[in-house]
Amino acid sequence: MKTLLSIDAVSKNFGRVVAIDDVSLAIRENEFFALLGPSGCGKTTLLRMLAGFETPSGGKILLDGKDISNVPPNRRPVNLMFQSYALFPHMTVRANIAYGLEMERLPAEKIRGRVDEMLATTQLAALADRKPEQLSGGQRQRVALARALVKRPRLLLLDEPLGALDKKLRATMQIELKRLQHEVGITFVIVTHDQEEALVMADRMAVLRDGRLLQCDTPHEVYERPADRFVADFIGVMNFCQGRLDASGVGMPDGSCIRGRLPEGAAAGASATAAVRPERILLRPTGDVDNRAAGTVEALAYHGLDLQLHLRTDLSERPFLVRVTADAADRQPLAVGDRVEIGWSAADTRIFKD
Amino acid sequence: MTSRSALLMAPALAWLTGLMVVPCALVLALAFFRRGIYGGIEYTFTLENFGMVLNPLYAGIFLNSARIAGTATVIAVIIGYAAAYAIAASPRRLQPVFLFFAVLPFWSNYLIRTYAWIVLLNREGLVTQLLRWLGYEGEPPALLYTEGAVITGLVYNYLPFVVLACYAPLSRLNPELAEASRDLGATALTTFRRIVLPLTLPGIAAGAVFVFVLSIGNFVTPALLGGGRFQMIGNLVYDQFLTANDWPFGAALSMALIAIMLLLLTLQAFAAERASSRVVVREDAT
Ligand SMILES: Nc1ncnc2c1ncn2[C@@H]1O[C@H](COP(=O)(O)OP(=O)(O)O)[C@@H](O)[C@H]1O
Ligand SMILES: [Mg+2]
Repeated sequence: MKTLLSIDAVSKNFGRVVAIDDVSLAIRENEFFALLGPSGCGKTTLLRMLAGFETPSGGKILLDGKDISNVPPNRRPVNLMFQSYALFPHMTVRANIAYGLEMERLPAEKIRGRVDEMLATTQLAALADRKPEQLSGGQRQRVALARALVKRPRLLLLDEPLGALDKKLRATMQIELKRLQHEVGITFVIVTHDQEEALVMADRMAVLRDGRLLQCDTPHEVYERPADRFVADFIGVMNFCQGRLDASGVGMPDGSCIRGRLPEGAAAGASATAAVRPERILLRPTGDVDNRAAGTVEALAYHGLDLQLHLRTDLSERPFLVRVTADAADRQPLAVGDRVEIGWSAADTRIFKD
Repeated sequence: MTSRSALLMAPALAWLTGLMVVPCALVLALAFFRRGIYGGIEYTFTLENFGMVLNPLYAGIFLNSARIAGTATVIAVIIGYAAAYAIAASPRRLQPVFLFFAVLPFWSNYLIRTYAWIVLLNREGLVTQLLRWLGYEGEPPALLYTEGAVITGLVYNYLPFVVLACYAPLSRLNPELAEASRDLGATALTTFRRIVLPLTLPGIAAGAVFVFVLSIGNFVTPALLGGGRFQMIGNLVYDQFLTANDWPFGAALSMALIAIMLLLLTLQAFAAERASSRVVVREDAT
């Protein structure tokens, strides 16, 4: 696929604060791209540079191969949906949506047509004459989206678009946004601090920390092959066991060894961490498994679809988390205090150098 | 009303009655009597005082006052809004300092502030001296005792009201609204005209009404800086009571002035009420 936007070694500092540190990314045409990272990692700053509200301290931003780093926001074919929505309070929903088209000096009947179309797409037609203060959170979010989309930008930037909504509505809107993106065929770059949201929606995602890019890949790759310990911890749930590298894996303090694929350039004896996802762990394994351990059930957390087992083992300070399907739990009932054996394969074990 | 709250309100009510309602009622009553032949008051009912207010001579003074007050208002709003805008755009922690300096003149006496302008605008005052220092050699310009001097004095005295009235909505304005406008393709000027200005209009209106109402009834500034040559209603009323000894006519003029002020203040209050009334948010199923 063709590259639409290139972020080329971009940095941004505010005085002594380095908000974005040498980030390079390529965003493709028609892609749903997510920028993920904890609060304060520089997501909004990066997005504001793409929209034109901040100029990079270093590096370049290219759209369709042209450097737009110094183009003002009103001359970029890029629109931003603000975290606060920033709807104009003195204008109706219709006037809010029409505003951007009026700035393009389109003829009135054409504006009307496109606004009506957008009102229908976002199911806002019945609310067209209301003021923003007369709308619920979810409705405001749709108006903000409609106002940006009606401009048919090359790139739509969304800053935590679902942050203000409650959990259930969020899940619906995640699917809705993805459907809409498919329908309008516009490239979306969405910012979120919610890893689940990024996994559900994105075609590809970038993980940021302290202004630096840690990993950029598909959600599946980021989840299954996290680039480092931070990413592994930030995305989904992960069990970590700290020890020292040896020939076949990570040696534990108690003398056992957790087998896994060794990272490149691994020097035996170096401090390292082995990691495994809860859903990759087998309970009471029969037959041959690469890694085995035993522990005492400390707690059972019921999640509806599955059961989360908190297991006290010698492998780590934190309890080991094991995911058990409701089905398996029914077959082999568990209780707090039970001693159980677990096992998992070397292929499911990630090893990170510390 | 409970007896307790009546008791609590009593001092305020007494204050209002004693210092506002009673004097106003007295002045109003006065306007319906005849002037005595040698001054004083003849207690016979008449409407001719109000008829005299409409006399072209006096109506002209009303219009002239309105024009001067209007000019002062426009100038004060432009300068005051610009100042408030600059203050609201400066770093947060400096804003209280700038605001403090903007209202600083209020801490000194009105008369002293007006006399300061006489010193500045005099024939050989500071402004003339400054011009001379810059190389000007002709006749000293006539600055004092002009309409310009009166307007300058009014603007200067009431500017802080406008700064405060405009600063409030400007500082509360979400900066992302202007950014959203830019993002949607608007220039900085269009953004100001279509977003910032409409959203801060209530502050402008409040400041403007304030300046206009205080200016149109002012008699100190026109007397001192206008040199008595520019009759405003305030001076006329003052003359009727203290020089011409025609209290009934002075009272009628006062009533006309008060009516104009009340009308403006009421209109402004209605507009502010409409702007701030919030419709109940309806939480529809989404
Ligand atoms: N205008 C600014 N001036 C100074 N520091 C800023 C400014 N904007 C952001 N920062 C700093 O840059 C860092 C990244 O902020 P931000 O991009 O808002 O993070 P995020 O959106 O990921 O939460 C933070 O440390 C923040 O304090
Ligand atoms: Mg943010």
